[in-house]
Amino acid sequence: MTGPGREREWPLYEVFVRGKRGLNHVHVGSLHAPDDEMALRHARDVYTRRNEGVSIWVVRADAITASSPDEKDPLFAPSGDKVYRHPTFYAIPDDVPHM
Amino acid sequence: MATTSSETPTHLPDDELQAQFEATIERGDRIEPRDWMPEGYRKTVVRQVAQHAHSEIIGMQPEGNWITRAPSLRRKAILLAKVQDEAGHGLYLYSAAETLGVSRQELTEMLIEGRQKYSSIFNYPTLSYADVGAIGWLVDGAAICNQVPLCRTSYGPYGRAMIRICKEESFHQRQGYELLMTMMRGTDEQRAMVQESVDRFWWPALMMFGPPDADSPNTAQSMAWGIKRNTNDDLRQRFVDMSVPQAEALGVTFPDPELAWNEERGHYDFGEPDWEEFMQVVKGNGPCNAQRIAHRRRAHDDGAWVREAATAFADAQAGEAAS
Repeated sequence: MTGPGREREWPLYEVFVRGKRGLNHVHVGSLHAPDDEMALRHARDVYTRRNEGVSIWVVRADAITASSPDEKDPLFAPSGDKVYRHPTFYAIPDDVPHM
Repeated sequence: MATTSSETPTHLPDDELQAQFEATIERGDRIEPRDWMPEGYRKTVVRQVAQHAHSEIIGMQPEGNWITRAPSLRRKAILLAKVQDEAGHGLYLYSAAETLGVSRQELTEMLIEGRQKYSSIFNYPTLSYADVGAIGWLVDGAAICNQVPLCRTSYGPYGRAMIRICKEESFHQRQGYELLMTMMRGTDEQRAMVQESVDRFWWPALMMFGPPDADSPNTAQSMAWGIKRNTNDDLRQRFVDMSVPQAEALGVTFPDPELAWNEERGHYDFGEPDWEEFMQVVKGNGPCNAQRIAHRRRAHDDGAWVREAATAFADAQAGEAAS
């Protein structure tokens, strides 16, 4: 982990902020910190200097499992041919109310 | 997500990956960190984003110079907030560069060893408090001209960092202009300070857009890749056109006898910046180059014990939790 004559780099954290009550936490960026608590403090200073949030999550980037980046990934293929999952698939006469 | 590794998503041959990459840019879609990308694209984005990050970090110094001597508590609070923003902007951008596999430590070393550049504007000194205003108005104004189109840059993490930065830059420009307006309502001496400061910063601000298009060999490729959205000369013209009426409203002039409205073009004509001076400053021979880097290096060295202590504390906490 530590090269000769080099400091050990602090781990990378991903930062998620809830903008206000009722909204999801949304990814806003990343930062380095020595531990979870410092990551939270840094996240407050770096990402919420103007009341951007009411709650922050930080998570170590190496703890995240991600899908492969390719958009045509077979992972997403199962939903590709299921148009019947969308309301627009069903033709309903215009004069049927509240539908 | 800022995953640092770049994985080739599939086992496609390079020319097919290249075609997919180009199609993504053609559609106006963004390139994301783990996408396949040509090595030249990666290098160009890393260089541009790192240079931009370094500029924010070094950019704290000229104005930081005046924090302890701010003329009022109000101005001091504003200046502190602004300098803190510059630090934040540097951090957003370093994170964006790191998504392409370069480490923070490498970036810091490249800056303090002079292997990567930062904007030449920060190698000019700040000689009076009016400079805080002139920097906010002209330097941050020029930065906004440069940065707003970069919100649509083709590299996703860079564009997202730019969106955050642009939201905050508007405060920087307005506080500077308001500071100058306040001084212009003051004494003759204060008005003279404003004019003197504007005289010093006008040309360096124009140089912030980089050399003329004819001498900017990388522009065409960067535009083809969607990294850059406008040429240096286009942005410079836009900045001049925006600034002239602002100067009139403020009651100052720019030190350029050739500055005049051109009815036919629908733009202001203006003189040529001193490109020899620009090249000298870029090469490291500006008034403050050595001082800026020495200061950054000292801050890094002086902070070493803090970084070590925080790491040791984290290790101790982790050890306690494990036992």
